[in-house]
Amino acid sequence: MEGKKIRLIARLDVKGENLVKGIQMEGLRKLGDPNAFAREYYRAGIDELLYIDIVASLYNRNNLGEILRRTVEEVYIPVCVGGGLRNLEDVRRVLALGADKVAINTAALKDPSLITQVARTFGSQCMVLSIQAKRSRTDPGRWEAYYDCGRAHSGRDVVEWAKEGAALGAGEILLTSVDNEGLRRGMDLDLIRAVTSAVDLPVICGGGVGSGEDLVQAALAGADGVACASVLHYKQETVEQLKEEVRQGGVEVRR
Amino acid sequence: MKVSIIDYGLSNLLSVEHAFRHLGAEPELINTPEQIEKAQALVLPGVGAFQDGMKGLEELGLAEPLRAAAEKGVPLLGICLGMQMLFEESEEFGLCRGLGLIPGRVEAIPPRPGFKVPHIQWEPLWPAGEKKDFSGSFLKEIHPGEEVYFIHSFRAIPADRADLAAVTGYGGLEICGAVARENVMGCQFHPEKSGPVGLSVLKGYLSLCGK
Repeated sequence: MEGKKIRLIARLDVKGENLVKGIQMEGLRKLGDPNAFAREYYRAGIDELLYIDIVASLYNRNNLGEILRRTVEEVYIPVCVGGGLRNLEDVRRVLALGADKVAINTAALKDPSLITQVARTFGSQCMVLSIQAKRSRTDPGRWEAYYDCGRAHSGRDVVEWAKEGAALGAGEILLTSVDNEGLRRGMDLDLIRAVTSAVDLPVICGGGVGSGEDLVQAALAGADGVACASVLHYKQETVEQLKEEVRQGGVEVRR
Repeated sequence: MKVSIIDYGLSNLLSVEHAFRHLGAEPELINTPEQIEKAQALVLPGVGAFQDGMKGLEELGLAEPLRAAAEKGVPLLGICLGMQMLFEESEEFGLCRGLGLIPGRVEAIPPRPGFKVPHIQWEPLWPAGEKKDFSGSFLKEIHPGEEVYFIHSFRAIPADRADLAAVTGYGGLEICGAVARENVMGCQFHPEKSGPVGLSVLKGYLSLCGK
């Protein structure tokens, strides 16, 4: 019997021409050329890249085109793109520039039928439902789905929304804990358990990774992939180090 | 070496193009029967649903020329859905006929506890049957156990196990990773998205095309 295996994904939040990183999706700091980071992570053996145009949904556009075009010329791994994608035409545009999948949050919350449209038109493997989850203050066993970089709340329960997204045709779920995001103090394992046990789709979990041990805990809680940002961008650990720690924790990851 | 990539409106072809260019080949996108007739090496990429893929090929009148080219001996590489379409039929959304270049069928991967569908993962490739390595096939540039990127909900089952070029496992199920039947080849994984290992697979395909 094969053991649990996870994918290690580098999340690159982009604002304009720069890689940026915040804490709990606020206070963005510029870190440099996203392509340089992408190339370095590819060389080090990252399994997948996730680009999010972090201001796109506020201004209703996606600026990643040029960055994406340069990335796919030399990086031969799956690339998922999100941020401000509103309709089929927006999706078609980023796929034509070399993206393999799209992550959609705000537009899906506003019109859930977009999930079905994207899945029907481009295949469900292409449709990643992005969910920004914030733990409820009044009911700590529940989470609410947020949008616009964790600023606006949708009123939707995260677990119910994940189930609905799966039924509408999503092929994967990108689950980000807004509470833990950027802190590098571990992931919201309760959230990971709640969502991964509720849906049969692969779930990429993000928010709070500070060490390889956090990845092991996420995998054991049910994550199929883990999105890492600060831990890599601030060079706290390399991709190789994280993967080695994952293996030492008894979880498989690509060599 | 000119490589003709069939564009029937479904896929991200850019990555396939970049990968072949990176390897020193000259990729071109084609979508007419005449272009297929002239091609020296064909690539049939694809993501999405089987019936949409076949419909796309048939609407452009490409299914018959593709069969003819394959019978003439032109190297043909199917990728992901492109590989599945090489088979006789698929059960995706009811039975749908494929190109019929490789005997066998395509069926849904049954979900099992802990093994989700779609299957999205980097998996190791292993030689099928008695073989110890990949020598003699288009996978000759890679070593058993090297990992490649899979993203799919269906698996192909070749009727003749001799056509199975590589396998992997998922939840105790055997997954057809690659097929080869003379000049007709296919990979379920995405070589253009599988890093240096995937590029080596495409290099192996190109080396067979030169002959």
